[in-house]
Order: sequence, then C-alpha cells, then structure tokens
Amino acid sequence: MPRLSPEELRERMARDLPGAVLEATPLRVAPPPAHGPQPAPFVTSDTVVAAGQIVEAALYLRDTLGYAFLSDIAVVDYLADGIFELVYRFYTIEGGDGLVLKVRVPRETPEVPSLTPYWPGANLHEREAFDLFGIVFTDHPYLRRIYMWDEFEGWPMRKDFPKQGDKYIGAEE
Amino acid sequence: MNTGKLAFPMPLPAGVGTPSAPGGLEGQTSQEKPVRISVRRSRVDGCSTKDPAMFKTEELQINIGPQHPSTHGVFRMLVTVDGETIIDLKPVFGYLHRNHEQIAEQNTYLQNMPYTDRLDYFNSMANNQAYAMAVEKLAGIEVPERAEYIRVLMVELTRILNHAGALGFLINDMGMWQTQLAFGMREREKILDLFEMASGARMMCNYFRFGGVVRDLPPEFMPKLKELLVAMPAFVDELERLLRENEILMQRAEGIGILPKELALAYSVTGPVLRGSGVPYDIRKAEPYSVYDRFDFDVPVGSVGDVYDRFLVRIEEMRQSKRIIEQIVEQLPDARGGHINPRARQNVRPPVGDAYARIESPKGELGFYLVSDGSPRPYRYKVRAPSFINLTPLGDMCRGYKVADVVVILGSIDIVMGEVDR
Repeated sequence: MPRLSPEELRERMARDLPGAVLEATPLRVAPPPAHGPQPAPFVTSDTVVAAGQIVEAALYLRDTLGYAFLSDIAVVDYLADGIFELVYRFYTIEGGDGLVLKVRVPRETPEVPSLTPYWPGANLHEREAFDLFGIVFTDHPYLRRIYMWDEFEGWPMRKDFPKQGDKYIGAEE
Repeated sequence: MNTGKLAFPMPLPAGVGTPSAPGGLEGQTSQEKPVRISVRRSRVDGCSTKDPAMFKTEELQINIGPQHPSTHGVFRMLVTVDGETIIDLKPVFGYLHRNHEQIAEQNTYLQNMPYTDRLDYFNSMANNQAYAMAVEKLAGIEVPERAEYIRVLMVELTRILNHAGALGFLINDMGMWQTQLAFGMREREKILDLFEMASGARMMCNYFRFGGVVRDLPPEFMPKLKELLVAMPAFVDELERLLRENEILMQRAEGIGILPKELALAYSVTGPVLRGSGVPYDIRKAEPYSVYDRFDFDVPVGSVGDVYDRFLVRIEEMRQSKRIIEQIVEQLPDARGGHINPRARQNVRPPVGDAYARIESPKGELGFYLVSDGSPRPYRYKVRAPSFINLTPLGDMCRGYKVADVVVILGSIDIVMGEVDR
C-alpha cells in the first residue's frame, strides 16, 4: 500500500467523506506583542478535520487506508485564537511516515467524540487530555482525572492556568 | 506429543500442555529454538467457584500499591478480586506527577535537555536523543555523521543496560531473589562506567546537544568498549542459559499475561511488549532515523504474547544491540565531521511551526511533539511516553489470572514511573 502525503489524504477524504475536511486557517501562536514585529502565524500542512467527524475520519484511516496504529493524541492550547487543537497521529505497521489529523474545538465548549470505543489504545491519551486541558470526550467509558487528584479544580496545562501561587498550600491556616 | 525436553516432567492432565504453541523467536540465529511444553495455566473467565453448590464467594476491592516493592515506584492498582482471581484491574497514576510539560514550557529549549533525563531515568541517553531530534527537526539543524554514530552507540548501550536491568527486576518479582538482578546490575555498572567516561555522569547523562553531542569520546573509551563487547556474549548467554528453561521462570511466565497480536495493535503498545505479541514493528526498521539504515540487525518477535515471550524478545534484543555496536566500532573511524555541528546554536529560536520526532527507546516509541512560537521557549512540549501507553492493556492482560501474576505481568511491561507520571 503506497504511503499518502497530507495533500493526497485531503483529496481522498474530501471525495469519500464529504464535509469532514476543513480549511486549515492560520493560527496565532502568541498574543500580539506590545511593540516590535508581529510573530508569524502558524500555517499547518496537516489535515484539519471537523470535530464531529473525527471518528469517521479515524476509522477511514484505519479501515480503508490501513493506518491502524494510533500513536499519539496531543492537545495544543491556542489561547490567542480561543481554540484547542487536538493532534492525532496514525502510523502503519509496514512502516514509513505517519498521517496526522488535527481537530479544532472552541475553548468554551471543548467537546470531541471519543475514539476509545473503537480504539482502546486512545483511553489513556484521552484521559490525559481531559485531566490537563479539560477536553471532554463524549462516549468515553471512564473519563476521570488521571494525574491530578479527583477534587482538583482547574486544568493545569491550559495557557491561562496561574503559574504563581498555590491555593492548596497554606489554605488550611 | 512433543518430543522435546520436558521442563515439567509430570503426567499432564488431559487437554493441557498439548499442543503447545510453536514457541521461540523468528530470525534467531545463535541458539536453537526453545521448547515450550510446560503446563500452561489456563485463564479463568469470571470465577470458577461461582457454582452455588460450592462456596459462597464475594467480590472484594483491594489496592495493590502505591507502596509495594513490585510496583517499581509509586503506582497503585485498584483490583477487584474474587478469591485469588482478578476480575478487574484499574491502574491509578499520578503519585509522581510534576507536570513536566508545564515546566518545560517555562524553560528554554536547551534547559529542557537535563529535564528529559529525569523522564525515564534508566535510559537518559534515549530521552536525550528523541528530544534533540525534535528540536533539530523544528530548527533545521544538521548533525554530522560522527555525532550520529556516537548517538546511536550510546542509545544501543542504553538498550542493553535497560534490558539487563528489566530482566533482573522481572526475575526478582517472580521470587528468585537478587541473583539475577545482581548479574544484570553488574553488567549495567560496566556500561555506566562508559557513560561516565563520555558524559561525566552515570545516570543523568545530559550528553546530547542540538547538532551533536556535548563532547567527543575520550581516548580511553574505545578500548573499554571493545573489552565490554568481548565480555558481553558470555553474559547474555549465561543469563539465557540460567533462565530459559528455569522451572520457576517457566511456571510463572508461560501463558501468563497473554496479549494477542490484534489486541496489542489496538492498544497502541510499542516496544518489546508489541514485538513479544508477534508484531515485527520496530521504528529503527519501520521509519529509520539517524544512521540506523546502515546497520544490519534483526527484529526479534515472539509468538504467543505472554510474559515468557517478552522475556525472550528482550534477551535477543540485547544480542542485536551488540551487533549494532560492533558495526559502529567498525564504521566510526571513517565517519565524517566532528562530534557536534559547529554552526549549531544551542540557544535556538526555531521558526513558527511544529515538529514530532520519535525513536525506538528501549521501552517503546518515545516521541516529542513541539510547537514553536518563534521565542526561545517551546509553546507546546508534549511527551509520548512508552511506559505510560504500554500500561493501557494492563487490566485486560491481568483479568482472569491470580493476584500473584499481576506483579509478574507488570514487571514484564517494564515501566518507569518517572516516565509514566511525568
């Protein structure tokens, strides 16, 4: 099976899954500085998929294209644009480059359908994303905090999480 | 009936032990294929004592850990048992969590290099390589040939010491106290001495830099390495001879913690766990990075996917790593360039963009995902930790076995909590 480039993937997915592929709009990686030159926007070359259709797109990769190995799910917080981007990484067992699907969800309602019912390997990735970023994976069978304790408030990897002070230390006194 | 030696010379109950799966490793050259005939304990679905005419049993929830000598750190398993049989197992993480990724986003790129040492503290060199590769990809830094050879040499030495230690701990968990662990640690010491010679530190090496390694190999390194290579086969053979048909090991490992091929793939496990299940997936072959395409080595694969297969795969991987190191010793004097790219800046400010680099670390696929905003600090820094993801199928692997098997199955996955909790 020949390996696909991101462009070929977009072409085939636009043909087979209408409406799934979105245009990759440039993202601002940093807030605009008070002075000095504006940082360049981040234009991704990977495929951006509609959040509602990530399950169909992932299953298309697995069942039609043979990318059966889900390697990683990473979350990036683009605070300036008010967007969370989820980066799904798929590989084939035969080797070669992988394919990347990106999903963008608004920071206010970060909900994405879960891949765990179809891909048990997504379980801990998604629980980690929920714990650190507060991404809600609908239909996840056991969406609980994984690193932080259950009573912890806040999402520690978000860019607006306070870096100074600790409300848990010294709160008793 | 099987004609091989019986590791367990007693009359077999009807239906057990035959036909045993054709054990052994494909691509194995040095030893004859192992014979696997001992009584395979069968997995129990649910509880066998559910018959009302027998005892009245009750499910019980207990904790194994977080302070337990076999959990290799601070790790808890929430176990539902019926008698001695595991009904359900949920791993509980986070006792060692320090939000490594958040810390890394406050640091400059170079400041993160020593932090990566602390992820998987057994394999600091492998962590260094994955992180350095990700930054080099992001910033477009070239690595000289000689530096690539030194890097691969260090990572393959790391693989040997990791597997020597992991097998030692596994045997320790089975109750063969200390002897094998001491053997493994003895070999590990020799490799750590080499690391100290090259990097100045034994475990937290912090040896890699963007574009190469921090300093060249000292002149006394190569003679010591050659001595080690001469002594290495005897050690691996000794370990294998002691353990391959060892009755304790076979009883505790054969048919325990079976992870079938399809399930292993669906669970995204990597490294010796995936290869033990029979999937010949090794990133060094599948997507060759660095200079791995120049070496001749095999990828050992198991057949059943139990603890014993993972054990055999690790033994054979030590041999293959030694093969790679021998080829490095041959090719290193002819390699072009110095130990580091002299034009590579260490205080990098990569252009806006993202990059993902992955390597075959001794425990599996180790990846770093970096997003740069053009500043000296990474905007996003994500670690894809092999120990963490390899724990996903732990519940399925343990279900139906006994409580005593859990520690063995956990030992065979080979985790380091520094990497799991991050």
